[in-house]
Amino acid sequence: MLSTSYIFLAYFAIIIFVFGILCKVWKYAVIPNPLKIPLTPAPTNTIGVILRMVFEVAFFKSLFKSNKFTWLGGCAFHLALLVVLASHIRFFVSPVPEPIMLLQTFLQSISMFIGLLFIAPLVYLFIRRVWVDRTRFVSIFADYFVLILLFLIGLSGITMKYLIRPDLFAVKTFILGLISFSPEPIPTNPIFITHFTLILILLIYFPFSKLMHGCGIFFSPTRNQIDNPREKRLINPWDKRII
Amino acid sequence: MAKEKIEAPKLTGKIETPRIQPGASLACQHHKANEQFLTGLGYPSSLVENWQEKAIAKMGELLNKYKSLKLYLDICVRCGACADKCQFYLGTGDPKNTPVGRQELFRKVYRRYFTPAGKLLGNLAGAEDFTEEVLKEWYVYFHHCSQCRRCCVACPYGIDTAEISMAAREIMHSIGLGTKYVDEIILKVFNFGNNLGMQPKAIKNSLDFCEDEMKEAYEEKGIMDIDVKIPMDVEGAEVLLVVPSADFFASPHIESLLGYAKVFYQAGISWTLSSYASEAGNFGMFIGSYDGMQKVASRIGQAVRDLKVKRLVIGECGHAYRIAYSFWNTLIGPFDTLDKRYPIPQHICEFTYDLIKRGALRLDKEANDEFVVTYHDSCNIARATRMGDMPGGQFEIPRSIIKACCNKFVDMPQETIRENTFCCGGGAGLLTDEMMDIRIKGAMPRMQALKQVIDSHGVNFFALICAICKAQFTKIFPAYGLSMDMVGGVHQLVSRAIVLGAKE
Repeated sequence: MLSTSYIFLAYFAIIIFVFGILCKVWKYAVIPNPLKIPLTPAPTNTIGVILRMVFEVAFFKSLFKSNKFTWLGGCAFHLALLVVLASHIRFFVSPVPEPIMLLQTFLQSISMFIGLLFIAPLVYLFIRRVWVDRTRFVSIFADYFVLILLFLIGLSGITMKYLIRPDLFAVKTFILGLISFSPEPIPTNPIFITHFTLILILLIYFPFSKLMHGCGIFFSPTRNQIDNPREKRLINPWDKRII
Repeated sequence: MAKEKIEAPKLTGKIETPRIQPGASLACQHHKANEQFLTGLGYPSSLVENWQEKAIAKMGELLNKYKSLKLYLDICVRCGACADKCQFYLGTGDPKNTPVGRQELFRKVYRRYFTPAGKLLGNLAGAEDFTEEVLKEWYVYFHHCSQCRRCCVACPYGIDTAEISMAAREIMHSIGLGTKYVDEIILKVFNFGNNLGMQPKAIKNSLDFCEDEMKEAYEEKGIMDIDVKIPMDVEGAEVLLVVPSADFFASPHIESLLGYAKVFYQAGISWTLSSYASEAGNFGMFIGSYDGMQKVASRIGQAVRDLKVKRLVIGECGHAYRIAYSFWNTLIGPFDTLDKRYPIPQHICEFTYDLIKRGALRLDKEANDEFVVTYHDSCNIARATRMGDMPGGQFEIPRSIIKACCNKFVDMPQETIRENTFCCGGGAGLLTDEMMDIRIKGAMPRMQALKQVIDSHGVNFFALICAICKAQFTKIFPAYGLSMDMVGGVHQLVSRAIVLGAKE
């Protein structure tokens, strides 16, 4: 019964996650830019724009310039997220390829650090949100909700690692079962079930939330437009003169 | 409230981030546009009966027309990096004058009617009904935004509050809610071709007066053979110059007009103004109206064709250059009849700088020796346009011109110039008397930065290339205990330094 509901819930969450994001991204892609609005100084060619985007996406360049404290918390968390996701690869592939095996071994050796790197920035960002009066003023429930959700995901993950270890073989069997559409029973470790549930909530929540910034940033016209309005005419598809 | 004396912040040379004071600037609001102005622009004559329904429908329409709007409503994480960047927050401490606070006014309505979470969970998802109360706040705070894009620099995703405030203003207009100041001006352009409602004859008189003044000034110096003209409506001229109409008579704007005229004279390039397109400014952008902006701009396209000019040059005006540089090609292009060897359109600073580089102008720096000059980057030019071929030319070219005309130039602190420049506090429709409170407070960061270089270098000339900046600063300098005579145009400096006549 537990397994059946979780298997159903898992597929449901993944469908919402994938289609939700696709729908949103589709919208971001097809809604037109009627006018040229790059934030200048802006690159005047495509390569320049790609570089600008790389610096924004990989290093949060604008945030670095505008607020070092937020940048520090944001960067640390996103880096940790990346590493944590990487260290989960071993549950999704079988057999685990050699390079990933090596990566895993390395990550295992610093796993305590990674866990802290994931949790600490969330606490820090939470405190900062409450501490700075103007940030507290503009914060809504959703802002705290995401921080708490991610914190609990991290906390349950660390608990499994160091306190109540689940049967990792069963976990992997369960996940591979989901991937290959031949579901296996869910491991009964309560912490694992908590961890898994929170992640499903996150997946369902993602497309409807501000977490879409991760996809949306690529479509931001002030950042991704080439500064060439005089040289190349932008046609507005809904301009009455053109229709 | 115009009668009360508004206390200007103390000049200390420091820009301090204030504690929040909710509602601090709620009382400062525009006079509403009356029936005449609203209907003149094609909007309902007053707030319509079913305004909520209409506003939501309009919002839905805009969400499908502007990628920026939809995206920026979705992806803000409220990190607060923008909050202490807005001059109106820094000046007032009102948290709804932070960029994110301002956007949230829009976003909570968007969530309520256009997102599943908002529809289902309401307040818990940060959603709110579009009530009369909310509309009231919209009217106040979306008209406190000068669309200067300083927040966009700070935002990790490039969220531009200007895009959202433009949409909010467009929605408010669609239900019959506009500001008198901006709507009256747009209507004047529709009817007369310029923001001031000047008839061609009045412009001509002013230009004649300028010509006489220049001639007399040269004659006083014993130079008899120099007769600088300011031509209007000359068919077949090489260049059409479009300037903000304030340049025709306002002070110090008019001094730059003389500068342009002298540059053309010395370059030997034939040029003309147009009485039909007698305005570079385009307040259509302020209210987010694509059609309005296009209608205003179309006069320039018409003048280009009628006067059969080969080049198009824009005078010293900030938002006008944004529209000219970024939007004209889309709105009224392509300019097939113009000479492709020159930028279309070209900024007057690009034009002058080009001549300086080629050695075509003789500039006597000593003529400006009484001045220690600093330069204020106009927000629209700094963050929404480019001059020359290189990114950042909009910063370098005006400075190069000033340095070519003056011996003493000093920049204000780095974090207040170039892409980090502040708005003057009068942009996007704030330049009206009833908004004096927020205009004075919004100018605070710029005034503090200026104070620093006054104290350290004795700056006594504040050079600008924007008609709104010029009008704003001449008005608010006295409130800060500074002389309005410090305010002037870049081409005012050119006008003083340029040596006319045959080259030796």
